Amino acid sequence: MKQKVIALVDCNNFYVSCERVFNARLHNRPVIVLSNNDGCVVARSNESKILGIKMGQPLFQCQDIIEQHNVQVFSSNYSLYADMSARVMKVLASFSPTIESYSIDEAFLDLTDLTIDDLTEFGKTIKARVMQFTGIPVSVGIASSKCLAKVATEVVKTDSLFGGVLDLTQLAEDALDQMLAKIAVDDVWGIGRKYALFLTNYGMTTARDLKYADQKWIRRYLTVVGERIVLELRGISCIPLETERPPKKGIMCSRSFSKEVTTLAELTEAVATYTARAAEKLRQQDSLAASLTVFIRTNTFNQTIPHYSNSFTCTIAYPTAFTPELIHHALAALRAMYKDGYRYKKAGVYLSHITPLDAVQPDLFGAFSLAQHVKQARLMALVDAINRVYGRDTLFLAVQGTTRVWAMQRRRLSQQFTSRWDEILTI
Amino acid sequence: MDSMRKRDQTRRIVPLVASLLHAGFPSPADDYRDDVLDLNSLVIQHPEATFYVRVTGDSMHDAGIREGDILVVDRAITPADRAIIVALLNGEFTVKRLSLQNDQIALLPANTRYQPIPITEEMEFQVWGVVTYCIHKLR
Repeated sequence: MKQKVIALVDCNNFYVSCERVFNARLHNRPVIVLSNNDGCVVARSNESKILGIKMGQPLFQCQDIIEQHNVQVFSSNYSLYADMSARVMKVLASFSPTIESYSIDEAFLDLTDLTIDDLTEFGKTIKARVMQFTGIPVSVGIASSKCLAKVATEVVKTDSLFGGVLDLTQLAEDALDQMLAKIAVDDVWGIGRKYALFLTNYGMTTARDLKYADQKWIRRYLTVVGERIVLELRGISCIPLETERPPKKGIMCSRSFSKEVTTLAELTEAVATYTARAAEKLRQQDSLAASLTVFIRTNTFNQTIPHYSNSFTCTIAYPTAFTPELIHHALAALRAMYKDGYRYKKAGVYLSHITPLDAVQPDLFGAFSLAQHVKQARLMALVDAINRVYGRDTLFLAVQGTTRVWAMQRRRLSQQFTSRWDEILTI
Repeated sequence: MDSMRKRDQTRRIVPLVASLLHAGFPSPADDYRDDVLDLNSLVIQHPEATFYVRVTGDSMHDAGIREGDILVVDRAITPADRAIIVALLNGEFTVKRLSLQNDQIALLPANTRYQPIPITEEMEFQVWGVVTYCIHKLR
């Protein structure tokens, strides 16, 4: 079988890079981006990494470094990052018809069937074009399997000598092994913490050890998943690219509140808002849901308060994506489990039993009429269109609330440079 | 319409929306319909590389770029001599005409009240994108 050629394109410090495209003052300065409610560090510029700010570190722990070094701090601007990601993916799609958007900032490209003389040069072209079109810097790793491509990008990122592109397909086996010997087994793509611990106990601490592990032994203890990784490390591609993302089987919208909430009224606003958001996602993938789960919980980190958490699932007789109906069910679920006297910190809504719109069973007895369904679908399509054009929540149901004191706190949010006319870059 | 619905109800699975779109007597003009003109297709050549910026100041006044106008900026286009560009200059965004004459890069304003800016080694300079259209509101 012809050897595969797989490239992994990984955006460097993606969230920070997105902020930098629209803010010239952020170049060559330490920058960090925070998680929901501005709690923890989720992205760091190289300058911030050098200062010792860790991934996932709570903001209050790095306050001193931030002040000392004038670190620029941003809340997560999700709509901006999602749009920039879509742009990067579109540029990448021009290089290969077979592409897997693996995450918001990574994509695998299958280059096997392309005629490319010099893969390193090709990688540099990808890097240069993504940079020119979007302003986002990327690293490119090229190898004969996804797992090795992942290794290549990790190596590229730690050593600036490579200039952001590394092709492992031309590397001699012993040189590759030397490289793998420097990679800890828990940094190998697909090896979780549990497996890493297990392997370490058996003296396998590096990617090289895993590569030369006994295949049958691995299969027995790490299942076929582990066996595939071993083969991939040996350069045999056996994890295919997922070029089409299957529609999600469940849609979740859950968030921590900016502050603890104590009333049913506030929880009602939050649950209604999360339901509306989940319903919008449901409609985006042209699906209906037949089951809805609501959960609420107190702050588990706070040892000084009494705790309560619960969830409630309701089955919806006729699958729907109609926001008012879903909210109706969600609020019934909420009321069924709500208890007074607790300080709630988080709520969530989960839609499941999802079916595609084009496979709906019409109800023979008329409780669910086709005409009514179409009317609802048209109304929702209109609401979605208006919210898309004029910004989220231009139209919303009153039950979602207008003050939303519980809503996510994003005090250091940059502008929605690419999705709101009144927030575009001013020069 | 009625017969249509009846037929649908005897089937187990129906493509819900599609079947309704096809309901009714087909228009005889359907075959001749073209896509309606879309402003996006006129002003946007590379959607993934196109951004919008709003103008402040009057340094490009004589090029027809006024305060408050929205510029369509295409990063996919390689900047040529005389192109109007958005540039990064010493940590600030600016819109100017690019001059590449006599091995010298310069940023030219389109307003006699401003001076050309020759780009020197010690300046931090980068082309951010090429301006392809200017959207100017008349009322």
